[in-house]
Amino acid sequence: MTASTNVLRELAGLFVDDGALALTIMAVVIVAGLVAILIPDAPLAAGAILLVGCLAALVWSVIKAGQC
Amino acid sequence: MTGSLALVWPVMAAAFLASLVEAVEALTIILAVAIVRGWRPAGLGALAGLLVLAFIVAILGPLLDHVPLRLLQFVIGVLLLLFGMRWLRKAILRAAGVIPLHNEAMAFATETAELREQARRNEERLDWLAAIATFKAMLLEGLEVVFIVIALGGGRGMLIPASAGAVFACLAVAAVGLIVHRPLARVPENTLKFAVGVMLSAFGVFWTGEGLGVPWPGADFAIVGFAAIFLAVSGAAVALVRRPKTEALS
Repeated sequence: MTASTNVLRELAGLFVDDGALALTIMAVVIVAGLVAILIPDAPLAAGAILLVGCLAALVWSVIKAGQC
Repeated sequence: MTGSLALVWPVMAAAFLASLVEAVEALTIILAVAIVRGWRPAGLGALAGLLVLAFIVAILGPLLDHVPLRLLQFVIGVLLLLFGMRWLRKAILRAAGVIPLHNEAMAFATETAELREQARRNEERLDWLAAIATFKAMLLEGLEVVFIVIALGGGRGMLIPASAGAVFACLAVAAVGLIVHRPLARVPENTLKFAVGVMLSAFGVFWTGEGLGVPWPGADFAIVGFAAIFLAVSGAAVALVRRPKTEALS
């Protein structure tokens, strides 16, 4: 049981290291998805939000870790 | 068509480099176990891990054909963003000296020390523990390789080039490991992780956007532009948080 829990924990760790970064990425994806649904005439807006949002999330996470 | 062909080499290169990192990490643990306890438990554990991995691929592989393409692109895009940006964040922090560099020689020394300590405490169970260590290493690092192959290749029918890149990387590391019998400490792991993090993040933005129906300018070539943007921003982030080397080591 412990071994399988460890394996599952390590598998989750493949995608989530800094929880705040993972949550921010998910938030960016959700906002981009909402924009894609609500403004179908401007599909590139969702793409721009996705790209800029992910870059901003990365820089913010790095700066935050750098300050610790 | 041209767009899809343009993806073959980036997909193969990304799968090769990412799998190279994972294979080096697995090799370090397998070598440590083999040196402390012999090749038999190390090899049996690794083989069992490989068989479980093959079983998982055989079960999950055919299911991919039944998932709608847009949904598949979106899901693997999001997973690639989480996976790639996690790698990229860590590589940036290591390059900036905020956290210490990963050291295969040190990982090897730690693993052998742990196994020797286990041997001192419980000699008769050691073969079993040694086999579990290599089983776990092969399974976990292998799952990462499988994920990378599916994530890079699944979104546009590029599973063959992605698999070829991954298989070539694993065979190359296994061959070098068998010859030198030492952890591959001279592989510039952080540089590889930086490059792979950039590529996986670029693919992640691209696939997630495709899944959302974004008509990227330049079609598949947009990935190259995203990679260049991620590289530039990551380089700037390194400069922004850079610390002196002595501070990172403490």
